[in-house]
Amino acid sequence: MPDASPAVSVDGLVMRYGDKVAVDGLSLTVERNTITAVLGPNGAGKTTTLETCEGYRRPQQGTVRVLGLDPVQQRRDLLPRIGVMLQGGGAWSGVRAMEMLEHVARLHAHPLDTAVLAERLGLGDCGRTPYRRLSGGQQQRLGLAMAIVGRPEIVFVDEPTAGMDPQARRTTWELLDELRRSGVTVVLTTHYLEEAEQLADQVHIIDRGRLIASGTPEELTRGSSATVRLVVDKELPTAAEAGLRASIDTWSAEHGVGVRSISFGSRTLEDVFLELTGRELDDE
Amino acid sequence: MSELDFAPRPGAAPLHRQVLAQSRMEARLMLRNGEQLLLAVVIPVLVLFGAVTAGEHLNLDLPSSRPLVDIFTPGVIALAVMSTSFTSLAIATGFERRYGVIKRLGSSPLPRSGLLAGKIGALLLVQLLQVFIIGGVGQLLGWTPEPGVLGVGLAILLGTAAFAALGLFVAGALRAEATLAAANLIYLLLMTGGGVVLPLTAYGDARPFLQWLPSAALGEAMRTGFIDGGVAWRDLGVLLVWAVFGTVLTAKTFKWE
Repeated sequence: MPDASPAVSVDGLVMRYGDKVAVDGLSLTVERNTITAVLGPNGAGKTTTLETCEGYRRPQQGTVRVLGLDPVQQRRDLLPRIGVMLQGGGAWSGVRAMEMLEHVARLHAHPLDTAVLAERLGLGDCGRTPYRRLSGGQQQRLGLAMAIVGRPEIVFVDEPTAGMDPQARRTTWELLDELRRSGVTVVLTTHYLEEAEQLADQVHIIDRGRLIASGTPEELTRGSSATVRLVVDKELPTAAEAGLRASIDTWSAEHGVGVRSISFGSRTLEDVFLELTGRELDDE
Repeated sequence: MSELDFAPRPGAAPLHRQVLAQSRMEARLMLRNGEQLLLAVVIPVLVLFGAVTAGEHLNLDLPSSRPLVDIFTPGVIALAVMSTSFTSLAIATGFERRYGVIKRLGSSPLPRSGLLAGKIGALLLVQLLQVFIIGGVGQLLGWTPEPGVLGVGLAILLGTAAFAALGLFVAGALRAEATLAAANLIYLLLMTGGGVVLPLTAYGDARPFLQWLPSAALGEAMRTGFIDGGVAWRDLGVLLVWAVFGTVLTAKTFKWE
């Protein structure tokens, strides 16, 4: 294929639901033959961005191109070339696992061998189980199998390992890695730091619909004090919070350091973990 | 175990193969589901038995001197078409929306037109089976049909088109549970009072109103096709109008997710 366009390019994407802005002027590029993670907390706009790439949603502003094609206008040309794993569902409740996988395979011209693929994903034992009786992890793995069975050029996987046990997560990571080595571009959303760090060549961190950082995991984690987090030992009275904000403003002006974000909130388990061990919860 | 070659080799299967796969899949699922099977086969067969045995004790004002089974069997076949194309399709599609099946297929190579064609193919497959079973039971009861291929064929096709369009409208506009309730309720009302199993002549004064219902039009078209081998053009016209009306409604309101 002489086509040298990037796997995905998103430029100035804006998506609103009612008066809530889900994606706020997002621009990012995914190079071919990489695993690219879109990392961010729940509600950051990851799924909306992905669904715009998959042609489910029309960009309200900005442009989205996948393999150089417009996912809405050139949907029919694009769809056979991509694989999609939704965050959940996507199968009839009464359909048997293998039956569903074979059905999706039949819609493609050169599908993978479904039996071998199912075995590889640890679905060998539940082939005749109706979808509604599969465990959450089995449903996830079937969803992944459905996304790759048609031998796509790009797979979009939305939170592929959410709810999986560590063993299944490991298997999934190995599979995604093998896909990349075989020439498939993998775009995944995740809110697991570890997943992005272990798996991705390129990470885009988004928050509230905006891109806040991009780079390889090494680039993003290099340098020690790009992030400052302050954890206090009791709830802050309003006056104390205002005082803190004011002193940060002063400090920021004095040293010429811009504050990218500052968040106030109650203590999380992650803070507790950090306090007790001096390590982040996601570091394992 | 052979190795998997993940190297990209994308491509859609030929459209007719995709549609066929979709039809077979949907027909299989429909026949596997107990409630749907009850609706598709058990109820029509019970209605046929009941009508033929009870009818002899009722003074029905029926148009011809034909045995009751000749009049009721086409009506029950019409009922079966209605139950599959309307009720079963609406319920199945309602839950497909709920479970994200339609969304998932929306990013597969199968185009929406192919999905629709697949659904219609599944309906026709299931209805073929229903005609065989109901026709078989009818023959056991002494049914001697003189079918006209054109009249019966058009009745089944236009009946399927009209009821499928209305079924998709209900499934696309309501939530899955509401679809389940509405599709069953409408089916019951039309079965009992909609001129589908009983000929319109049995309804007396209600006839001028009932004859515009899709259920009565389908029932009359089926009876005409099976009893005299004729073609009920007026009733087929009514079905066509309902099909167009339902399609426009569905196209305006249907949400794929």
